[in-house]
Amino acid sequence: MSGPNFSNPVVRWIDHRLPVFTFMHHEMHEYPTPKNLNYWWNFGSLAGIVLVIMLLTGIILAMHYTPHVDYAFQSVERIMRDVNYGWLIRYIHANGASFFFIVVYIHIFRGLYYGSYKAPRELLWMLGVVILLLMMATAFMGYVLPWGQMSFWGATVITNLFSALPGVGEWIVTLLWGGFSVDNPTLNRFFSLHYLLPFVIVGVVVLHIVALHRFGSNNPLGIDVRGKQDSIPFHPYYTVKDMFGLGVFLTIFAAVVFFMPNAMGHPDNYIPANPLVTPAHIVPEWYFLPFYAILRAVPDKLLGVLAMFAAIAVLFILPWLDRSPVRSATFRPLFKIFFWIFAANCVLLTYLGGKPAEGIYVILSRLATVYYFFHFLILLPGLSIFETPKPLPRSISQPVLGSGTAGASKENS
Amino acid sequence: MMGARGLLTVAAAALVSLGLTAAPAKAAGNAVELPSQNWSFAGIFGTFDRGELQRGFQVYKEVCAGCHSLDYIAFRNLADLGFNELEIKAIAAEYEVQDGPNDDGEMFDRPGLPADRFPAPFANDNAARASNGGALPPDLSLMVDARPNGANYLYALMTGYGDAPSGVTVAEGMSYNAYFPGHQIAMPAPIADDGVEYADGTKATVDQQARDITAFLTWAAEPNLEERKRMGVMAVLFLLVMTGLLYASKRKIWADVH
Ligand code: HEC
Ligand code: HEM
Repeated sequence: MSGPNFSNPVVRWIDHRLPVFTFMHHEMHEYPTPKNLNYWWNFGSLAGIVLVIMLLTGIILAMHYTPHVDYAFQSVERIMRDVNYGWLIRYIHANGASFFFIVVYIHIFRGLYYGSYKAPRELLWMLGVVILLLMMATAFMGYVLPWGQMSFWGATVITNLFSALPGVGEWIVTLLWGGFSVDNPTLNRFFSLHYLLPFVIVGVVVLHIVALHRFGSNNPLGIDVRGKQDSIPFHPYYTVKDMFGLGVFLTIFAAVVFFMPNAMGHPDNYIPANPLVTPAHIVPEWYFLPFYAILRAVPDKLLGVLAMFAAIAVLFILPWLDRSPVRSATFRPLFKIFFWIFAANCVLLTYLGGKPAEGIYVILSRLATVYYFFHFLILLPGLSIFETPKPLPRSISQPVLGSGTAGASKENS
Repeated sequence: MMGARGLLTVAAAALVSLGLTAAPAKAAGNAVELPSQNWSFAGIFGTFDRGELQRGFQVYKEVCAGCHSLDYIAFRNLADLGFNELEIKAIAAEYEVQDGPNDDGEMFDRPGLPADRFPAPFANDNAARASNGGALPPDLSLMVDARPNGANYLYALMTGYGDAPSGVTVAEGMSYNAYFPGHQIAMPAPIADDGVEYADGTKATVDQQARDITAFLTWAAEPNLEERKRMGVMAVLFLLVMTGLLYASKRKIWADVH
């Protein structure tokens, strides 16, 4: 490897034996990035930073938290009242989970819109779906830890779902519970796993980034980088852009943490868990609502559970469902329309997941669920055959095909 | 870029749906719309009114404490209300607190100390139920956070007692309350005009007491509220300036890219 020439002798000495500086130089300075990335490309690095925030605040919380049914709720309140800035740490962690999902969902929809899941980035995409699954498991178990009413009843409802699986169902539920109901052993194993899984996420994120750096970022035009004139070094261009995006994110995040820290939580979770009193409505956290809507849309419990998992599983095979060679929706007039219908449908599912399962809501949930799968399983494969994409630009620095006038004069800077 | 603007719409739509889905969950516990009151602690610059807190404490101590515990509050926390060390010691000493075991292995009662928490009125939940016709008076430390729109709900609950509308029968031992879910509550109207005699001479109307107890219980639920909002204003201002500077740097660094 013809590494960079470091002037600092200590750096040179270390780098000769342990090429971490060469690695960093390679990733930061030489790593070529398409020069036309828009702000939707900020959300990947943002997700990484939120993950670090969750890890740091989580580790501090774990120093003061007691995973026992008799003390968990109380220990969280101690954190809020008696630990120095404990309220801040906990509000950051609790709201951070919501913001993590907001950031990751935007990141995913970015990928859907610009076809980032297509060759050669299929594994990159699939690793992303693994991260989403791990995040969901982590957030679900984290929400159980404060041992409030929603913690307890959410855990009861969701773990009970597994009992629908034929044969292994009861066995899995007993394993999750560590007994015959949601109780102290459940809380203990959830705490253990809630501590473990974020580090598994870190591992998958590393793989995600290794896969990313193999071919580099996709871009809004969805065409490959053709040469030096199409790309810029990651540093300083995207470092400063990411920092700016981070600033915007942190401002919004801080406003929520400091001024409305309980807005995204459920008041019932400030009532200690009570197995004898069922809350009027058991609602999962907002980020689970679309999947919850799909679960409840299906009249059969087992099929409902399968549909819910299929809703995520379908993302794994997405690269093979959408066969269109054109990545970006910018050049796919029909796909673009259906993308927005799909997005609206997801918003609808989120809304329906928070509504009681009765009357019109059930009917709408069923329609929205059918449409969700219709989009992936019928529409996307169909579009790849019937849609005529618009002509693609020749390269990133020559975005307008054919005409040499508009915008092309300042290229090759 | 078309797509960029489009995706922004998605984000906005997602946030809207978030608000929409939060709404039903919030409304679920309440049968009726809650009137909104003006609270000194609302808003990003909100602070507690010390007089209000002290009066609210008096209402808790003289009225609610007969049935409701306040588990998460210690006497020393009353410093937040503007009481000084001597006053806190005196308040704590009014209570008998169980301590022990002593060297002979016996539990014993002693006067309260600032580090003690408020003693609960009943030894356990069953004793509490037995004295309240089978209903359990919940701990009040987190009440304001444990109900949707907590402060307004608490105020409405306190002022919502009255005669049941015709056609509605109220069960034996229950009271009609316009704002309690189901309208039948096992708690008899706790406050009445001049039910307490305020130390600061304020006239103790039902409305006044309801406001004061709400402020006090909001403090009890979130004793860090003032510090949180103060820090919030500084944090957001700092972040806005930092973000502005980062935007300027971004513009400068990107100036040569086209
Ligand atoms: C005579 C005993 C008694 C007194 C005094 C009393 N309460 Fe209650 N309170 C109860 C009981 C019993 C319940 C349970 C009511 C039920 O579940 O129907 C209750 C319930 C409540 C609730 C919960 C309502 C809900 O949404 O579930 C609040 C809030 C409350 N009381 C506040 C107060 C306040 C504030 C005071 C003092 C001003 C007070 N109480 C004084 C007995 C009392
Ligand atoms: C992927 C990253 C993570 C996510 C999405 C996440 C999510 C959550 C959620 C939703 C809660 C409930 C918050 C509440 O309502 O009170 C929670 C609580 C908790 N988490 Fe995490 N967490 C993450 C990482 C971690 C890590 C790495 C640790 C420890 C090393 C940790 C420790 C805790 C503890 C101790 C609690 C209980 C205290 C509390 O409820 O506030 N978390 N987490």
